Amino acid sequence: MSALRILVPVKRVIDYAIKPRINKAQTGVETAGVKHSLNPFDELSIEEAVRLRERKGPLSVDNILALSAGGPKCADTLRTAMAMGADRAFHIDVAEGNDGPEPLTVAKMLKGVVEKENINLVLLGKQAIDGDQGQTGQMLAGLLGWPQATQASKVDVKDGEGTVEVVHEVDGGTETLKAKLPMVITTDLRLNEPRYASLPNIMKAKKKPLEKKTLADFGVENQRRLKTLQVTEPPPRQGGGKVEDVGSLVSKLKELGAL
Amino acid sequence: MTNPALRREVINIYKELLNLGRAYPLGYDYFRNRLHKAFSSQAHLNDEEQIKKGIARAEFVKKEIEALYYLRRYRAMKQRYENN
Repeated sequence: MSALRILVPVKRVIDYAIKPRINKAQTGVETAGVKHSLNPFDELSIEEAVRLRERKGPLSVDNILALSAGGPKCADTLRTAMAMGADRAFHIDVAEGNDGPEPLTVAKMLKGVVEKENINLVLLGKQAIDGDQGQTGQMLAGLLGWPQATQASKVDVKDGEGTVEVVHEVDGGTETLKAKLPMVITTDLRLNEPRYASLPNIMKAKKKPLEKKTLADFGVENQRRLKTLQVTEPPPRQGGGKVEDVGSLVSKLKELGAL
Repeated sequence: MTNPALRREVINIYKELLNLGRAYPLGYDYFRNRLHKAFSSQAHLNDEEQIKKGIARAEFVKKEIEALYYLRRYRAMKQRYENN
C-alpha cells in the first residue's frame, strides 16, 4: 500500500437552517428558490479526508476526489468541497428530478468511479439531510465487497500496510473496528469540526479541475425502483390545556382513560 | 499614510469577515453595517502597534464567528438525529 486515494461523494441539499415546505402537488418538497448547501455530514467527510493528509500519518494522501451527482448547480457544491481541500472533482450530470438518483443507483455509479480511478478509501457522510436514507455507503461496500465502518467518530491509519482503526458510537459506549484498506467509511457528527473555506482557498478552488461526466460513463442507468405516492406535512401539534384544581385534573385524566 | 503591508492586511481581514457575514443568522445587511462601523471607528489609528492589535482582534472575531456557525449547525444536527 503506497498512498491513499480518497473518494468523497457529496450531495447538494436544502440548507439545514431552512424549514422545508411541501409543494402544491404533494410530490415532494419545494426546492425552487430555496437556499441550498453542502450536506453537513458530507462536510465532515471532506474535512476528515483533508485531515488525513495534514496529519501526515503512515500513509500519505495522494489524491482527494470529490464527486456529486445532480443538476448544474452541484458544481457550486463541488467548488466548496475543493475550497475545503479536495484536489479535483467529478460532476455527474443527472437531470434535476424531485429526489435525485436513488441510493442504489448512486452506489453503482460510485463503484464504477472507484474502479476507474483506482480509489482505495471512500469517505461518505452517513446520510443526507434531505432524503435521510443512509444507505449509499453500505450498498457501495456490499457491491465492492470491501469492509465498511459506518458512523465513524474517529479514524486512524495505523501503519503503512493500510490497517485502519475506526471508532464509532453505539448505544451506551463506543465500538472500535479494525480493517485493512481498501474500505468504506461513513462519518458521524462528532468525527471532526469542518473548517470554513477561506477566501483565498475559494479563489484557488476555481482553478482546480472539475470534470463533467454522465451516468452512462460508468455504465449506470438512472432507474427508479421506488415511487413516491404522496408527501404531506405532519399533523400540527395539539396545545395543552390548563386545569383549575386537583379534582378537575383527576376527572380529566379519567376522561382520557389514564387512570 | 501608514504602512502599505498593514493596510493590505486590514483590507484582507475585512473581506474575510464580509464573506463570513453572508451566512450570518441575522442577515447579511445587519452584519455588514456593524462590521463597517466597527472598522471605521478604528480608522483613525496611526500607530503600527495599535493597528496590529486591531488586526489581532479582527482575527479573534473571525474565529468566534466560525465557531458560532459550527455550533449552530452541530446543535441543529444533534437535535434532529440523536435521541436525548
